[in-house]
Amino acid sequence: MIENALPDDPTPKPLKTVPLDAWHRALGARMVEFAGYAMPVQYQGVLAEHLHCRSQAALFDVSHMGQATLTGATAAAALEHLVPGDMLALKPGRQRYTLLTNEAGGILDDLMVANLGQERLFLVVNAGRKDIDFTHIAANLPSGVQLQPHEDRALLALQGPAAAAVIGRIGPEAAQLPFMGVAAVAVAGAPCLVSRSGYTGEDGFEISVPADSAQVVAERILDQPEVVPAGLGARDSLRLEAGLCLYGNDIDELTTPIEADLAWAIGKRRRTAWDFPGATAIRDQLERGAARRRVGIRPDGRAPARALTGIVAGDGTEAGTITSGGFSPSLSAPIAMGYVRKDLATVGTALHLMVRGKPLPARVVPMPFVPHRYAR
Amino acid sequence: MAKPPSDIRYTKEHEWVRMDGDIATIGITDHAQEQLGDVVFVELPEIGRDVAADEACAVVESVKAASDVYAPLTGKVVETNQTIIDDPSIVNSDAEGEGWFFRIEIDDTDAYDALMDAAAYDEYVETLD
Repeated sequence: MIENALPDDPTPKPLKTVPLDAWHRALGARMVEFAGYAMPVQYQGVLAEHLHCRSQAALFDVSHMGQATLTGATAAAALEHLVPGDMLALKPGRQRYTLLTNEAGGILDDLMVANLGQERLFLVVNAGRKDIDFTHIAANLPSGVQLQPHEDRALLALQGPAAAAVIGRIGPEAAQLPFMGVAAVAVAGAPCLVSRSGYTGEDGFEISVPADSAQVVAERILDQPEVVPAGLGARDSLRLEAGLCLYGNDIDELTTPIEADLAWAIGKRRRTAWDFPGATAIRDQLERGAARRRVGIRPDGRAPARALTGIVAGDGTEAGTITSGGFSPSLSAPIAMGYVRKDLATVGTALHLMVRGKPLPARVVPMPFVPHRYAR
Repeated sequence: MAKPPSDIRYTKEHEWVRMDGDIATIGITDHAQEQLGDVVFVELPEIGRDVAADEACAVVESVKAASDVYAPLTGKVVETNQTIIDDPSIVNSDAEGEGWFFRIEIDDTDAYDALMDAAAYDEYVETLD
C-alpha cells in the first residue's frame, strides 16, 4: 500500500496521482511521494537522464504543480498587493518569475505569472504550496477578480538544447516563442498553453495541457528521437546546477528575497512605492544588507554535502547552513547552495562543511554552476 | 539475473557478507544498489578500526541521497576497496563482486551463520514492496 504518512501519523492519506500516472509506470518509472503526489523520480537513472537533458532533451511531468487563472480587469493590480514583481508592466504573451511574500518579508512561495491577455493572468505555483497559495490569493482579491485553479490540467516540461527542434515538429507555433514568452497554441493537435521557460537552465518549454490530452502530447514528444523521459531526481540535480531555488529547501517563509539573492525579482517601480507585503523589512535589508546570504558552494573533495549540513567559517565560528547539496553530473563533483553570514558571502571565501562530524574544506563560488543556455 | 553463490549471507540493511576463513568481505546487495541509483561517492572505514555488529562504518551516496553501510559482524577492518573510491559506479555495475566495500577479521563465525541466506534475503526483499 502506498502511504505518505509520517511514521507517527495515525491517519495515512492515499497519494494523489497525476493524469499520466499509469503511463509513467508503464514506462518503468520509479514512483515516489512528493508533495502528496505519487511522482516519477527516475526512469533509466538520474545520471543518464540529467546528462541527456544537457546534451539533447528530456521530458518531465510536473503536473503536481498548481495551475490557476486570475481573471478580471484589475487582476494585475490585485496580484501586486501580494507580490513584489511588476505585474502591471507584464505584457500580454509574456511570463515573469515572482514571489508571494508575507508581512515579515518572508517568501510564501515562488511562482511564474503569465499574461494571457483579455484580463487573464496564468499562475504556476509549487505543488507543496498550492493550497496555501490559492487560499491566500483568493482571500485577498477585490471584487471583480477571480482565481480559478486548474486541477484538470497536466503540465509537461520539455527541456534541453534540442527542445526547440522537437517542439517545432509537433507544435510549430510554440517553437517561435521567445524566452519567457507564452501563447495558447496547438501541440500534437491538443489545445495547450505553452511558455518558453523551465527549471533546468536549458532552453525549453512548459506545456499546460488538458488532462485528457496529456498522454497524446507526451507520447508525441517522446516519439522524437532526441527525447528521453526524466524524473524529479534529474529535475532536482539540473536546477541545482542552474543555481535555482527549491521552495522548502532554499527559500521559505523565514527567508527574504534579499537573503535569497532574489532582489532582481523586485520590480523597479515597486522599489519606489514599497507597497507589497514585507516591503519595510525588505527595503531595510536592501539598503543595509541582510545578515546572511544565499551563495553557491563547492566542496573541495568528492563528498557531497546535503541539505542541513552545517557551515563553519575559517576561524571556527558558525557560518550558516547548506540548503541544497548533492552531486553535479555535469561537473562530476559535489555542489551545494546555502546561507552564510554576510561577511563570508564573497566568492572565494574558504569555509568548512560539517559532513558526518568532519570539517570538509569548501569555498564560495558564483552561481550558476553550469551556465544557463536560455534562448535569447 | 543469476543467483549469487550460496556461501553469501545477507542482512536486513542490505549488506552481503562472504566468508573466507575468518575474513568477511562486505558490500551492498544488488537490490540496494538498484534502489540507490547511480552511486557517486563512497566513504570507507579506516584499516585497523574495530567495528561492532550493526555499527555504521561506511557511506554510500547516490545522486539523490546518502546511506550508511553497517558492519554485519563484529571485528576489525583489515582491508578496504580503493577501486570504488576512484570509480563508485562499480558499486552499480557489480555490487556483489568487484563493488565490495571492506573486509573485517571476525572472531565469532556463529554470528555469520545467523545471517540470512540468499533464499531468505530474496523472500525478505519481496516483503518490502
